[in-house]
Amino acid sequence: MSIRITQSKCVGCGMCIEACPGNLIKKNSDGKAYMLHERDCWGCTSCIKECKTGAIRFFLGADIGGRGSTLSVSEKNNISTWKIEDPNENVKIIEVNKNDANKY
Amino acid sequence: MERKVIDTDVLIIGGGTAGCFAGITLGKRKDIKVLIAEKANIKRSGCLAAGVNAINAYITEGKTPQYYVDYAKKDADGIVREDLLLSMCERLNHVTDIMEKLGLVILKDENGKYVTRGTRNIKINGENIKVILADAVKKQENVTVINHVNITDYIVKDNVIKGAYGFDVNEEIFYEIRAKAVICATGGAAGLYRPNNPGFSRHKMWYPPFNTGAGYAMGILAGAEMTTFEMRFIALRCKDTIAPTGTIAQGVGAKQLNSKGEIYEDKYGITTSQRLYGTVTENREGRGPCYLKTDEITKEQEQDLYKAYLNMAPSQTLKWLEEGKGPSEQNVEIEGTEPYIVGGHTASGYWVDNDRQTTIKGLFAAGDVAGGCPQKYVTGALAEGEIAAEAVERYVDDYNDEKVFDEAGADEKISEYESFFQNPVADISTELLEEAMQKVMDEYAGGIKTDYQYNESRLTLAAEKIKMLEDTCKRLPADSMDDLLRIYELKERLVVCQVLIEHLRARKETRWHSFAENMDYPEKSDEWLKYVNSKMNDGKVEIIFRELQ
Repeated sequence: MSIRITQSKCVGCGMCIEACPGNLIKKNSDGKAYMLHERDCWGCTSCIKECKTGAIRFFLGADIGGRGSTLSVSEKNNISTWKIEDPNENVKIIEVNKNDANKY
Repeated sequence: MERKVIDTDVLIIGGGTAGCFAGITLGKRKDIKVLIAEKANIKRSGCLAAGVNAINAYITEGKTPQYYVDYAKKDADGIVREDLLLSMCERLNHVTDIMEKLGLVILKDENGKYVTRGTRNIKINGENIKVILADAVKKQENVTVINHVNITDYIVKDNVIKGAYGFDVNEEIFYEIRAKAVICATGGAAGLYRPNNPGFSRHKMWYPPFNTGAGYAMGILAGAEMTTFEMRFIALRCKDTIAPTGTIAQGVGAKQLNSKGEIYEDKYGITTSQRLYGTVTENREGRGPCYLKTDEITKEQEQDLYKAYLNMAPSQTLKWLEEGKGPSEQNVEIEGTEPYIVGGHTASGYWVDNDRQTTIKGLFAAGDVAGGCPQKYVTGALAEGEIAAEAVERYVDDYNDEKVFDEAGADEKISEYESFFQNPVADISTELLEEAMQKVMDEYAGGIKTDYQYNESRLTLAAEKIKMLEDTCKRLPADSMDDLLRIYELKERLVVCQVLIEHLRARKETRWHSFAENMDYPEKSDEWLKYVNSKMNDGKVEIIFRELQ
C-alpha cells in the first residue's frame, strides 16, 4: 500500500512533503514531489488531502488485496469527496460531510 | 554540520496528541517560552494522522472517573498505577470540552447530549482532529514549532534535564536546545517485531511506523526508570489492512466467529488481551480463520461503515471495494498484529509521579511514553499533556538552577552524527538491519511466528542477537540526512528491544495471555502483583521490583 504522484499534475508546492508524518516524500531536481520510500507509507492519506491539484492517488499493494484501483479525495464546502477508480476507469464516489459524526 | 543553539524555557519533544495539547495549555502563560520540536510536521504527525472515529475514553452520564479506573485496572489485571489513572480520568471530559470548542464534531442526540457507544465512548468525526490541534498550537504566541527536527538525546547533568540534541532531517544542521524543563511526548514504539505484512505493505500496521520509541530510548540511555515494558500491546485488527475492529464489533455489534461457525468470544474472557488470545487459540487449534460476523448487517449500515473507515483507515474501504464484496456480504477476517510498546494502551513507559515528572528532574512524560496509566486513548493523552504542562509551569516558576553550557557534549554528539557519513559503503544497510532486528524479535521474543510465546532460552538468544545488531549499527553508512534519520530510528528501536527483552525475562508468570506469554511460567501468581521496572546503568539493564501502589 502506497501512493503514486503523477508528475505532470504536480506543481511543486511541497505541501505533501510537509504533511507526510514519515518524511517519506522528497523533491526531485525538477522541483516536483516524489515518493522516496515507497514501502514505508502508513496509508494515512495526509498527502492526498493536502494536494490541491489531485496529483496523488493511493493504492493497496497486491500483498494486502490490491487489484489496481486507486483512491483520492478532494474537499469543498465541508464535503470530502472520495473517488475510487478501478483499472477499467469505473468510478465510485463516496461523500462524507465533515460536520456529520460517525454513526459507529 | 551547521550548528544552531536555541534557548527556551520549555522544550516539548514530539508534536503529536499529548505534545500539542501541552503546547496549547502552556499557551496561557505568555511569559513562558515554549518550543515544540517535531520530527515531521505537527499538522498531521503522530497517531492521529489519518483521523480517529471515536473518543474511547470518556466518563459517560451516570459513570464516575473511578469507574474508568476500575475498568483499566481489571483489563491490565492489577498492574496499573491507580493514582495516575485517576488524575487522567478526572480530566477526560474537560479535555473533550476543549476539543469541541476548538472545532471537533461530536454526535449529539435531540436533547443536545453526546451519543455514547458502550459505557466509555462517544461518537465524533475525527478525520481532522490533528489539524484542529495543530491550528490551536499555531495560535499560541509564546509557542514556537520547529518541524522536521529529530531529537536523539537529552542533555542531563547530575540527573537534572538541561535540554536536548538533534538534527534537521533534510538540511545538515545540528541542534542544541537548552531548556529549563522538557516534556517528552514522542509516542510509543512500532516496528520492533516482524510485521503482519512484511513485504511491500510492511508499514500497513496498527501503530504509526514513524513512532520508533525515541522517547523511551533517550530516557533509557539517560538512566531514567522505566516500568512494565513486558506488558506489550497487540491489537486485534481487520486482516491485511490492520484497520480497527472496534468500529464493527461495538458499532454494529459483530461477534467473533470461527471457521466452524461458532461464536467464540465468550469462551476466553473479554479483556483486551483475552479477546486477542481467543483468536490466536482458535487459529492454533485449527478453527481459523477467525472473523467478525457482519454478514447480517444492512446495506445502509454497510454504507455508513464505508464512511466511518474513510474517516480513519481508508484502506479498509478501498479493500472492500477492490474485493467487490462489502461487510454485508462477507464476514470481516481478523488477526492479531505484531507486538508494540505503547503506554497509551498498556502500562509501558517512563516511571512518573502524579505530575508526570520522570525520575530525571525537570523531565516530564505525557501520552504513549508515560507508563503505569493504560487505556489513555486520545483524551487520556490530551489529559496527560495538560497535567504535565501545568506541572511544568510550577517547575519553571520555581527554577533557580544555573543554565550550564556544555560545549564538549555538543561536539561529541556532532562527531557521532558525522561518523556515519564517514563510514565506507558496506554490504549492510539500515533496512537490512531493521529486518534482522524484526526477525530476531519475531522468532525469539514472542512475535507472530510463535503465537506471541517465548521462554527463557529464546529470550537469552534474542538479547545476544540484539546486542550484536547494536554493534553492527556503528558501521552503517549515511549519504544524506534522511539516511541519518533512518539509522537513528533503528538505534532507538534496538535500545527499546534490549529493555523489553529483560522485562519479559523478569516477569516469571503469565498474567496477560499473548501480551506476555512466558512458556516457562504459563500460570499467573499473586506473588507477581508488583511492578517490574528497570534502569540502564553502564549499558546494562538493571531490573527493579516495586510494590503496587
